[in-house]
Amino acid sequence: MTDCLNTDLLDDPLGDDRLNTDLLDNSISVENPVERFLRSDRMPHIWCPGCGIGTTVNSFARALIESKIDLGSLALVSGIGCTGRVAGYVKLDSFHTTHGRAIPFATGLKLANPKLNVVVYSGDGDLSAIGGNHLIHAARRNIDLKVICVNNLIYAMTGGQTAPTTPDHSTTSTNPYGVFEPSFNLPHLVEAAGAVYVARWTTFHVRQLARSISEAFKKKGFSFIEVISPCPTLYQRRNKMGDALDAMKFYKEKSKIRHGAPTSEVGMTMTGEIIVGKFVDRERPDYQTMMKAQYTESLGERFVEPTEMVCS
Amino acid sequence: MAKGRVSIVVERCKACGFCVEFCPSHVLALSSTFNSKGYHPPHAVHPEKCSGCDLCGMYCPDFAICATKTDAPKKADPAKEGDK
Repeated sequence: MTDCLNTDLLDDPLGDDRLNTDLLDNSISVENPVERFLRSDRMPHIWCPGCGIGTTVNSFARALIESKIDLGSLALVSGIGCTGRVAGYVKLDSFHTTHGRAIPFATGLKLANPKLNVVVYSGDGDLSAIGGNHLIHAARRNIDLKVICVNNLIYAMTGGQTAPTTPDHSTTSTNPYGVFEPSFNLPHLVEAAGAVYVARWTTFHVRQLARSISEAFKKKGFSFIEVISPCPTLYQRRNKMGDALDAMKFYKEKSKIRHGAPTSEVGMTMTGEIIVGKFVDRERPDYQTMMKAQYTESLGERFVEPTEMVCS
Repeated sequence: MAKGRVSIVVERCKACGFCVEFCPSHVLALSSTFNSKGYHPPHAVHPEKCSGCDLCGMYCPDFAICATKTDAPKKADPAKEGDK
């Protein structure tokens, strides 16, 4: 393993013993369990120190281990933005699409090859702003997609502009005197549109998030998992909320697990309580089941199920 | 005897401090040396306390740390007893 601990780097160039190298004796390299899901040659990634996206990818990888899913039947689609970069860092069949269009591309993948497990991994700006229409329509049609929305409350990659999820009274580069627009309550939005599985966690809840992702893999239909994630560089810094570690402590202090909470009550404020948990878990026929039922009913024997697509 | 062992990829670390803060048995601390990017990677100040729960590995946004359970010698004992 080339990138295991390099003890040479730990030797103090100045020669004083500020560091006890005995304590850093990690010469036996241990493979990180998530390593096989990553494109190690592309590490370290571009995300800022303390950015929560890496933690969500970590939980996602652990959910893949836990659910023992066949990686050959898995496709990951992401849009544009900080979270959009996930597609480039995972060693899975992944697709980095145009801005806001992760769900349409994923829908196409699912329709062409219904056996695929399609995961949409994107940010709040990509999914709920430019891709907002696709989000609600995919939820309405109940297309069998697992959507992981990493919500850092801001447009981070482009310089910290106000996003539809930015809470009231926070300061952003486009609202230097404070945001006055009401923000989206994403779990409420997708539940109203028809999602069958809706959950919200923060990057503090790593184990719960991994469990939630494995649960979503077992559901058939539109699953939506929102992950509140720190953005130390743009959101926290501009709002004088400290660094990423402060954000994690804030999540620990302010988050309250309420499974099955009515999604209308889980809206976020800048400093208030963050309600997390599994809000919706229901059954509804998915798009392809409804399509098949409709065609069988109206066409009878003339309906021929599309055969499996073979890529040559 | 430590139940677990921490393994750190120093060059990937960006010193966010999540592992140091959330380690349930307070094994880690940020060291004073730098990696080549200028961050202070963590090191195990109390390696004997490590339980191998891998919570540090789950929190790490940079995939730079993981903890594994060390095979306790107890495991070998039942096998020996079986042989007898």
